[in-house]
Amino acid sequence: MAGIAAHPIGRHATDALASPSHSEYSPLVAAEPNVKELAMIALDAAKHAGAEYADVRFVRNRNQTVSTREQRVTNVSDNETYGFGVRTLVNGAWGFAASRDLTKEEVARVAALAAAQARANQSALLRPVALAPTPAVESGTWTSPIAVDPFSVEIEDKVALLLAANQAALAIKGARFVNSAMFFLREEKTFASTDGSFTVQTIYRTQPSMTVTAVGNGDFATRESVDVAPRGLGYEHVRDSKLTEMAPRWADEAVQKLTAKSVDVGRYDLVLHPSHLWLTIHESVAHPTELDRAMGYEANYAGTSFVAPPEKVLGTLKYGSELMNIRGDRTQPGSLSACGWDDEGVKPEEFDIIKRGMFVDYQTTREQAPWLDWYYKKIGKPTRSHGCSYAQTWAAVQFQRMPNVSLLPGDKDLGWDDLIAATDRGIAIIGDGSFSIDQQRYNAQFGGQVFYEIKGGKIVGMLKDVAYQMRTPDFWASLDMLGGPKSYFLGGAFGDAKGQPVQVNAISHGAPVTRFRNINVINTGRTA
Amino acid sequence: MTLRSLALTSRYLSREESAAIAKRALSFATADETRVMVTSTSVANTRFAVNQISTGGDSFDAVVTVISKFGKKSGSSSTNQLDDAALRSVVQIAERVAKLSPEDPEALPELGPQTYREGVNWSDTTASQDPMMRAQAVKRVADPARNAGLVSTGFMEAITGSQAIANNKGLFAYNRSTSSVLTTTVRTSDGTGSGWAGATHHDWSRIDPASLGARATQKARSSVNPVAIEPGRYTVVLEPTAAGNLVQFITRALNARAADEGRSFFSLPGGKNKIGQKVVDERVTIVSDPFDPDVASAPFSGDGSPTQRVVWIENGIVKNLDYDRYWAQKNGRQPTGASSAVRMSGGTSSLDDLIRSTPRGLLVTRFWYLRPVDQRTILYTGLTRDGTFLIENGKVTKPVKNLRFNDSPIFMLNNLEAMGVPERVSASEGGDPGQAIMVPPIKVRDFNFTSLSDAV
Repeated sequence: MAGIAAHPIGRHATDALASPSHSEYSPLVAAEPNVKELAMIALDAAKHAGAEYADVRFVRNRNQTVSTREQRVTNVSDNETYGFGVRTLVNGAWGFAASRDLTKEEVARVAALAAAQARANQSALLRPVALAPTPAVESGTWTSPIAVDPFSVEIEDKVALLLAANQAALAIKGARFVNSAMFFLREEKTFASTDGSFTVQTIYRTQPSMTVTAVGNGDFATRESVDVAPRGLGYEHVRDSKLTEMAPRWADEAVQKLTAKSVDVGRYDLVLHPSHLWLTIHESVAHPTELDRAMGYEANYAGTSFVAPPEKVLGTLKYGSELMNIRGDRTQPGSLSACGWDDEGVKPEEFDIIKRGMFVDYQTTREQAPWLDWYYKKIGKPTRSHGCSYAQTWAAVQFQRMPNVSLLPGDKDLGWDDLIAATDRGIAIIGDGSFSIDQQRYNAQFGGQVFYEIKGGKIVGMLKDVAYQMRTPDFWASLDMLGGPKSYFLGGAFGDAKGQPVQVNAISHGAPVTRFRNINVINTGRTA
Repeated sequence: MTLRSLALTSRYLSREESAAIAKRALSFATADETRVMVTSTSVANTRFAVNQISTGGDSFDAVVTVISKFGKKSGSSSTNQLDDAALRSVVQIAERVAKLSPEDPEALPELGPQTYREGVNWSDTTASQDPMMRAQAVKRVADPARNAGLVSTGFMEAITGSQAIANNKGLFAYNRSTSSVLTTTVRTSDGTGSGWAGATHHDWSRIDPASLGARATQKARSSVNPVAIEPGRYTVVLEPTAAGNLVQFITRALNARAADEGRSFFSLPGGKNKIGQKVVDERVTIVSDPFDPDVASAPFSGDGSPTQRVVWIENGIVKNLDYDRYWAQKNGRQPTGASSAVRMSGGTSSLDDLIRSTPRGLLVTRFWYLRPVDQRTILYTGLTRDGTFLIENGKVTKPVKNLRFNDSPIFMLNNLEAMGVPERVSASEGGDPGQAIMVPPIKVRDFNFTSLSDAV
C-alpha cells in the first residue's frame, strides 16, 4: 500500500503557509481599553493585599461545533465564555481565584480573594516558591498563523462539506454509519504581571474529523480519521484535509477490517507511521519528562515518572537509541502549542529533551527552573523557564504543561515504502487507537487504526485485533530506522489531561516514519 | 475584609434569579420554540503535593445556553455574560444558526410544563467550605504523613451549583446541587511504596480526611518492595473503587440506538438488542435512582424531562437501555434519560470476608489509565495502582508489582464469586467527583492480567 498523505506542516515543511489575513478579526480584547485598566486594578489589589508577585489573565474563548451523522445535522452550536483569573504569590505560597464578572469591583475582590487564599495555603507550606527571572514584555501581541478565520465561514458551507463527505463514505458498500464534525476555537488572551509584562494573544484551533462504522455478519468495525490532526490553524486546515476525498478510503478500510486476519501473537518489527507514533511519543516521552511529575507533584492522578530523581538522570539516563533526538518547542507553525508567550509571560524557547538517546532536560515553568539550578550551572546554561506554563481557561490556574514534543527526522531521505521494503517480518501501523500507560510511564499498550502484515519487504494484507505492549526504555532502544524530513508529520490532540481538577492541554507531536525491532504484539479480540 | 466575606464559595443562582434570567432571554426570542438553560457553578479546590499545599482555586461562572427552533431546524449558542445585550446576542446567534441549519428529520417539539420532585443532591456543609477549611482538611492528611516520614499528595474539591431549564411552552425546572471529593496518594520517601484512598459525596461531612490519610499511609507502608508475579488469570478481590472503575463502563455502553444499529455489546443480529437477555451473574442488579440519598442526581435531564428510577440490569438480565425521546418514540418505549448515577447490588460480606475466603488471589486497590480496546465486548485495558497485594490462604501476604489487564466488566461480572456491602466510591481517575456510583467489593475468578509493570 502507498503511504497515506501526510500534511507537510512544521519546521521541515516545504510549502510555506499562506500569510495570515485577519484584519477584521484583530484581537477584540486589546480593542477594549477597560481590560488593561481592569488588569492594573487586579495587580494593584493583589499587591495591596500583600502579594510579592501576581499575574492576571483575561480570556475570551469562542468555540463552534458542527456535528453530523449520515445525512443529518446532529448539533450546531456557537459558544462564548469570558472571564479572568488572578494568581498571587504571598510569602512563597500560591493563591488563585477567578470570576466571570468583568467589573472593577469584582476584579479587586477576586484579587484580594486570591491573596487571602494564598495566606490560608501558607498554613501548610514547607518550601516557599521562588520564580526564575524572565524579561518583562511591556507590550506584546501574537496571533496564530491562520489564512481563513473559521468564524467567517458560513454554517451552510460547513454543513454542506460534512454532508458531502458523509455521502462519499456511505457510497462504499458495507459502510453503514458515518459521524463527522468540525470544531473551531478562537481564544483571545490578555496577560499582565507585576513583573511588568502585558501581552495580547489570539489563538486559533481547528479540527475536522470523521468516523466510519462498517457492520456485517453480526460484527462491526470503525475507522477514525486520526490521520487528519487538529492544528493551530484556521479554516484552510479543513479545506486542506480533503474529507470528501479521504472518506471513501476510510470507509473502505472500516469494511476491510471486518474480514481482516486476526493477528497471531508474537514479536514483530513495527513500522510506525507518524499518525500513530505521535501518541506513543506523547505518553512515553513527553509525559515522563515533565518536571512536576518527576518531583512528585502529580502523584495523586497523572502520576510520577521513571525519569527521576533529576540528580540521577539528567545527562546520564540512556532513554533510547542513538537515532532518538527529542525536542520541545512552541514555535512549529500550525502546531497546537504555538504561542508568543506562555501563561506566565515567558517567551518559549526550543530546547533539547533527548539528544542521541541521552536524556538532557525537563519541561519547566518559572517555579520549577530553579529546582534544576545546580544542573544548569554545571552545563553552563542560564536558569530560566522553558515556557511550559498553561491554563485551559480563565477559570483554571496555570501550571506546567507539555509544549510540542517531537522526534526529529533523520538525515537520510527514507520514507514509508523504504522502511516497509527493509522489513522481513513485521506489522505496519497507521493512526492512533487504544492507548494506556502506567503512572510512571514504563508499561504501555497501544492499538491503532489500520494494521498491515509485512512479509519479505511487502505488505501482504490487513490485520486486526492488534496491540503492542512495551517497556519505555526497551522500546526506544529498539528504534533502528528513521525516516527523513519528507516523512515528517505533526499529529496531536486537544485532550492532553493532567492536574487536579483535570485540565486539558492542546499539543502537537511531530515525527518521521520509524521502525522498532522485535516488539511484543498481543491479540485483543475476544467473543462475548 | 474577612476571608469568609471574600470567599463566597457557595455562590450560585437561586431559583428566582435563574427564572428571571431565563425570562429575560425568552423575551428576546422570535423562534417557533426556544429553550433556555441557566447554570451556575462555584468550584473551590485545594491541591497538595510533597506534604504541602501546592495550588488551589476558587472560581465562579454562570452560563446561559439557548436552543432555538424554527420548524425542524435548530441551533444552539451559549454565553457566560448575563446582561441584556449579551442575552439578546446569544438568542440572536442561536436563531441565526438555526435558520442556517438544514431540517432535522428527528426533531421533536419542546416539552410543555412538567412536574418535578425536589432534588436531594444538596448539602449546606459542602456549600460552606472556604480556603481555610480546605487547608485544615489537607493538614489532617499531610501532617501525619510527614511525621511518619512519608510523602502525601492529593486533591480536594467542593462544587456548588444550580441548573435551570425554561422554554416558551411554559416548562420550568430548577435544581441546586453540591459535590465534594478528597483523594490522596501517600508514597514512601524512596518511592518504593505507594498507597491511595479517596471518597466522594454530595455531603462533605460524609468524608473523613484523617481516615483516608491513614488508609493511604497503611497501603504505602505495606506496598514497599513488591514482588514480581507471572501475568495470567487470577482470582481477584477488587476493593469498591476498583470495582467501580470497571462497572461504570457498562453503564456508559447502555445506549439503545447504538445497540439497535448493531454497534454495541448490547446488539443482537437483525437490528435487535439484548433487553430480556441475561448478560451477567444473576446476583447483579444495576439501578439509577436520582432520589437515592447516597447516589443522587438531578431531578430532570437536559431536555426538561423528569428523571426517574430506572432498572438497567436486574438479576443479571438487561431490563432497560438508555432511550432518548426520539428513539423511544420510534420504538414504542419510554425515554429513560442517561444513567448519570448508579447503584449496584451487593452482599453482606466485608472486604476482609472476601479476602479470608480466598486461597490464592490478588487484592486490587484501584485501576489506572483505563481505555477501551474493543467496543464489541466492552473490553478495556488498564493497570493496577497504589496498593496491589497477594492473597494466600485467606491472608494478604505480600505486595506485588503492578499488572496490566485486558478484560471486560461483562466477563468480570460473569465470573463473580462473591460481593460485599456497596459503598459510594470515587471512581473517576482524575479525582473529580465524577459519576455518582455505589458498588460493592467483589471477588472474581479468572481476571486476565497480560503483563507486569515496574511502576510504583
